[in-house]
Amino acid sequence: MALDRWIALVFALIFLIYGYTAFFGMDHLLAPIMRRNPVWPSTFPKILSVSGLIISMVVLLNFEKSPKVIGDDMSLSNWRQYKLLDALLLILGMIFYAVFLRNLGFIAATFLFLFLGGVLLGERRYLLSLIISGASSYGIWYLVDSVLGIYMTPYPQFVKTLGSFS
Amino acid sequence: MIEGLLIGLQTVLSIKNLVMVIGGCLIGTFIGMLPGLGPMSIIAIMIPIAVSLGDPATALILLAGVYYGAIFGGSTSSILINAPGVASTVATSFDGYPLTRQGKAGKALTVAAISSFAGGTIGAILLLLFAPALASVALLFHSSEYFALMVVGLSAIAAFAGSGQVFKAVLMTVVGLMLATIGEGALFNMPRFTMGIMDLQTGIGFITLAMAMFAIPETIFLILDPARSGKASDRNSDISNLRISKNEAKQIVPVIGRQSIQGFIIGVMPGAGATIASFLGYAVERNIATREQRNQFGKGSLKGLAAPESANNAACTGSFVPLLTLGIPGSGTTAILLGALIALNVSPGPRLMIDQPEIFWSVIISMYIGNIVLLILNLPLIPYIAKVLTVPRTFLIPFILFFTLMGAYIGQNNSTELLILVGMGVIATIFRFASYPLAPLLIGFILGPMLEDNFSRATQLYDGISFVWERPLTTALLVIAVLLITLPAIFSRIKKEA
Repeated sequence: MALDRWIALVFALIFLIYGYTAFFGMDHLLAPIMRRNPVWPSTFPKILSVSGLIISMVVLLNFEKSPKVIGDDMSLSNWRQYKLLDALLLILGMIFYAVFLRNLGFIAATFLFLFLGGVLLGERRYLLSLIISGASSYGIWYLVDSVLGIYMTPYPQFVKTLGSFS
Repeated sequence: MIEGLLIGLQTVLSIKNLVMVIGGCLIGTFIGMLPGLGPMSIIAIMIPIAVSLGDPATALILLAGVYYGAIFGGSTSSILINAPGVASTVATSFDGYPLTRQGKAGKALTVAAISSFAGGTIGAILLLLFAPALASVALLFHSSEYFALMVVGLSAIAAFAGSGQVFKAVLMTVVGLMLATIGEGALFNMPRFTMGIMDLQTGIGFITLAMAMFAIPETIFLILDPARSGKASDRNSDISNLRISKNEAKQIVPVIGRQSIQGFIIGVMPGAGATIASFLGYAVERNIATREQRNQFGKGSLKGLAAPESANNAACTGSFVPLLTLGIPGSGTTAILLGALIALNVSPGPRLMIDQPEIFWSVIISMYIGNIVLLILNLPLIPYIAKVLTVPRTFLIPFILFFTLMGAYIGQNNSTELLILVGMGVIATIFRFASYPLAPLLIGFILGPMLEDNFSRATQLYDGISFVWERPLTTALLVIAVLLITLPAIFSRIKKEA
């Protein structure tokens, strides 16, 4: 089965769960006075779940002809030629960035992400990479914090903890 | 209208707003050139910055400038390194890149800039004429008509964006609508589908979704296939000679005129957008050209470059008509702009022109000023701005990913949002591999709350769904929506069986 039909199958399952929640898991939470309304919080999700399920089935059963989309030249059939490991490692890098952003602070987390991301993609001019990553992470933090007024913890959490001890 | 124009001019021509237009165009051009960051991603990144400016008119002027700059930047990278960042500039590379290979990069950039300027200008004039007229008609609409109109808009987007795979596009629209129901909506004071996760109480941030749908997949593709970011050897082409001859100008003038009008009309239609306008513009000009000229198409024809560029820009302006007059975005980019308007507490629709004329008119005027800025300021600066294309991918890709993460983090200020961004970005990449169009999902997500709101109001007003057959305009619009979805599918089925 082609990838698009697998995706349609997953969507069908999601719409089933979504529909089950809308039909059987929401209405009992409704206040009695709200029950007089013709529209309930579950009304729209109920319509969506039924229509979503029907459309998923149409795609799953391949009712429609599927020509190639204009401008999209990436195909899974060429996967051996792609740099899959690089992509996976950078996705992992983004996950680590998201998880450790607060603990490491903006400057350190950004510096590590930019530096290691570059090294992972083949950058071997380490000194240049260190300077660019360092200057960018501090510069962007300064811009966002001081110019735009959006607060972001700049330093790792242990620096704050050490500060409170002293 | 004259009064409105004067209000718009007064707002835009203040020093602060002029700086925003110029700055927006420069930032847009600079970032738009980078492969992987199309106008949608750039605008999504810029929204938190625009919102922090406080004044909605100033914020929108900045975003409009960024939008135009990004389109121009995208065309530049198509011409110089054959790396169109977005689908709408693919047609530009057909003749733009061969011109670069012939050592005429400067000429190609000038033709592209003049065509974009003319397309944008003609588009802005048509917008000026049509938007107020459409807005006054839309004032007569009730909530049921709005609901039906949104259904028509979503159906049209699915029908056009699907490129022959309408049901896939409809499915993505419904998924977008489903995602919009997550969290505590304004209509019902209760959280829905949050799965007990506190961070989902406020719903999924639209910037996060926009980044996940467009910036992350494109960047992952750049990592997977290094050839996608263009050939390094092509980046040193001569771009300092920007002159075009009188004869060449004569050749492209009629093309620009035709394609600007055609592009604008296509842009007004929800879902058709700049990509279809640019491809159609190219195809039409190729078909009506003489045999000798037709042979030049694809080998460095100036007509072949001018056609998609003017159609593309005019379509971008045209897509503002349904956004400003009906509050319905016709493309992914205008959907993100709609999200920005909502974040700025501005409700686009027919009343925008009456209630906040300074916003309505200043956006229209800023588009025109933006085009002038692109032609007068950006074009001479291109040889310098194009240096960004020499940035190696080992620096470029981590920075693109970082700015994508930042855009989502600044918008919501929570780390869960970043995890949602990465997760959805990976899923969106899989969707791209399976040829599922992503713009309908985002448009469905942004229109979802408004669709539900109008549906609920109409249902409460009529104590049920009798408005579907009791209001003729609503009925007619819903029939159109059904036809838009079913007819292409039936035709494709018949073709398949034939």
